Amino acid sequence: MRVPFAAAVGLFFTALYFLAAIFAPLIAPYGMAEVVGGVWEPASAEHWLGTDNIGRDLLSRMIYGGRTTIFIAAAATVLSFTTGAVLGLLAAVLGGWADQALSRFVDLIMSIPTLIFALVVLSVMPVTLPVLVLVMGLLDSTRVYRLARAVAVDINVMDFVEAARLRGEGRGWIIFREILPNALSPLVAEMGLRFIFMVLFVSTLSFLGLGIQPPAADWGGIVKENKDGIIYGIPAALVPAIAIATLAISVNLVADWVLNRTTSLKGGRGG
Amino acid sequence: MADTLLEIKNLKIGATAYPPGEPPQEITIVDGVSLTLEKGKVLGLIGESGAGKSTIGLSAMNYGRGGVRLTGGEVLLNGRDIRPLRGGKMRAIRGAEVTYVAQSAAAAFNPAKKLMEQITEAALAHGRCSKREAEERAVTLFHKLGLPEPETFGNRYPHQVSGGQLQRAMTALALCPEPDLVIFDEPTTALDVTTQIDVLAAIKDAIRDTGVAALYITHDLAVVAQVSDEIMVLRGGKTVEYGTCDQIINNPQEEYTQALVSVRSIEHEEKQPTPEPVLRVEGVTARYSGTRFDVLETINVDLHPGQTLAVVGESGSGKSTLARVITGLLPPREGSIIFAGRTLSPDMPSRSREDLRELQMIYQMADVAMNPRQTVGTIIGRPLEFYFGLKGKAKRQRIIELLDEIELGEGFIDRYPAELSGGQKQRVCIARALAADPKLIICDEVTSALDPLVADGILKLLLSLQKREDVAYLFITHDLATVRAIADSIAVMYKGRVVRYGTKSEVLSPPFDDYTDLLLSSVPEMKLGWLEEVIEHRRMESAGH
Repeated sequence: MRVPFAAAVGLFFTALYFLAAIFAPLIAPYGMAEVVGGVWEPASAEHWLGTDNIGRDLLSRMIYGGRTTIFIAAAATVLSFTTGAVLGLLAAVLGGWADQALSRFVDLIMSIPTLIFALVVLSVMPVTLPVLVLVMGLLDSTRVYRLARAVAVDINVMDFVEAARLRGEGRGWIIFREILPNALSPLVAEMGLRFIFMVLFVSTLSFLGLGIQPPAADWGGIVKENKDGIIYGIPAALVPAIAIATLAISVNLVADWVLNRTTSLKGGRGG
Repeated sequence: MADTLLEIKNLKIGATAYPPGEPPQEITIVDGVSLTLEKGKVLGLIGESGAGKSTIGLSAMNYGRGGVRLTGGEVLLNGRDIRPLRGGKMRAIRGAEVTYVAQSAAAAFNPAKKLMEQITEAALAHGRCSKREAEERAVTLFHKLGLPEPETFGNRYPHQVSGGQLQRAMTALALCPEPDLVIFDEPTTALDVTTQIDVLAAIKDAIRDTGVAALYITHDLAVVAQVSDEIMVLRGGKTVEYGTCDQIINNPQEEYTQALVSVRSIEHEEKQPTPEPVLRVEGVTARYSGTRFDVLETINVDLHPGQTLAVVGESGSGKSTLARVITGLLPPREGSIIFAGRTLSPDMPSRSREDLRELQMIYQMADVAMNPRQTVGTIIGRPLEFYFGLKGKAKRQRIIELLDEIELGEGFIDRYPAELSGGQKQRVCIARALAADPKLIICDEVTSALDPLVADGILKLLLSLQKREDVAYLFITHDLATVRAIADSIAVMYKGRVVRYGTKSEVLSPPFDDYTDLLLSSVPEMKLGWLEEVIEHRRMESAGH
């Protein structure tokens, strides 16, 4: 199997970030919140990326921060996909009032800007990891619901689904065996995109002070902590920004590749 | 020869294929085809799908559809090679010297413009005449093609005329610029059989009156026999046989042509009704929710065990709706379905698993009747597992038996539907229905999407399975040739009613009611001059009345 160049680049960076996140305590040269030097020291042999606004090693913070960011984004993506896809497929198969009720409820949630909604919820609830994941995941599941329902409505009227129905199959079989495998390609592509939105979302929340609370690190938080340095020509805030950008691009490259591969699979639906 | 219009010499047409997971490949679609067409003559191009007939037809206007390239040979139109022409020179030929009639007129007309504007467009764009002349010419053509109110017909929009009229309007469109050559690409294939005959007659008259030459592309030999002077039989991009119409129909030389000519000559002994029908449809009236008229009105038919009831009618007559009522997808407003001695619950979800098992269905489009993500083994194996609880080895054994029964064999068990041909797909669907060991199989237009020879194979298979398994078929079709081949009894449907019902010999012997007569006489027969006979017969009849 030949991996195209773009996908290889994407795979490399995605793997790099994920591995760094998983093995953070083994890789990071210093502790996450350990003050080890002066304020905003430039890059040196001891501190590869320099130090941050209160003298912590920036590379270590980036590694630990990546861990938080990627973990929250991944957990929220999984949550939004399971909820959104299951409800979307169910709505398409059930039709009638169940579909109406679910879809109108989703419309209602979607009519409120996600960020505002999240800010309101997080300012009244305690900001803990599970709450953060839950809020992000559920808000995002509305988008997945829309996509899953749209794809499934198309598949639901095909003759092979009718044949399964006439055979007397239950809803579980129809949703998971007949419809889901044929809806997978667009959903997988969407998954890459949604993961990136989650990374951006959690970074935004942290930047606004409603995400990860200090001293814990995440990429959005690191941008926030070091943003004042930019005025003095210190590039520390750009490091997490670049990390967010490269992760976003690489995951999308991988998602594109996966989408191309699955649609050209034997018996793929093509397109 | 002075009157040679089109001469194609050793034409080669290629394209690039993109097989999944492999590098692109150059493939040959048409390989060394030569033909000659004289002025005022009609050449029929015939073959199954993929034979290259449309591709050859379009090459006469130096056009390759979607990445198709004319890679070799010569296309001489009025004595000059048009293959190297490009740009403006090409444009001067298309729509002026050569015009085209597409299969689906409904998709070919712009719905936002009136017919007259579209019909005169090519003639005006080429500056062949003034607007008034073009409109006069169009009206004359409307007269010739037997369109209603020819003077004002052009003021209508495409959606305001019927499918058959639209197809004739497209013929007017093609003839309006007074071309030398018209390419007819399956112009009657999408039409009902009763409409087809009118369009066919109109096209034939128009060709004769205007003296235009034509390439007539179709997969139906009986149709092409009515309109052409010469016929070329194509298969896989190569010429199989090329000769006069008379020779091809009455004295075919090649084995493939002989098979095409003798298609649907299946012998089938009609069975007598038994005392106890397996399916009884009693006074069924049905309508779709949200509508205000009945799609079916008091339908009464019986189907006897191990026999075939053919339900015939044109599109919109309610045939498929009847199948939906029997399967319980559309509960009837009145009436009941009695199956194997018990009254079925009107809606499908409340039927017992046994009821569902004994009543299976085969669909028209085998492509979408199978989950593209499941292998043949899974598709056939699921009913075995679901109804009989077969697992592991026993299931595999039974799947292989079924694959043998449909003449495919064990090698197909791990294939995906995308790796099967049209006929093989339909066979797998038959095996899936058989796997449930049913008493009745509803066959909804199962052969109409297939090429004639493949369809023949499917019909023969269905008949031999019926003998062996003693299963009854409710066979829905618009094709009377199929009905003649396999039915034991026939129900003719028209506008939601059964207008004629009985054993095959009763239904197919006179005296006929008006509709059945029209339907029966409209089925093209594989003989020369059939079209004239029918038209003459109808003219006499309407004069007599």
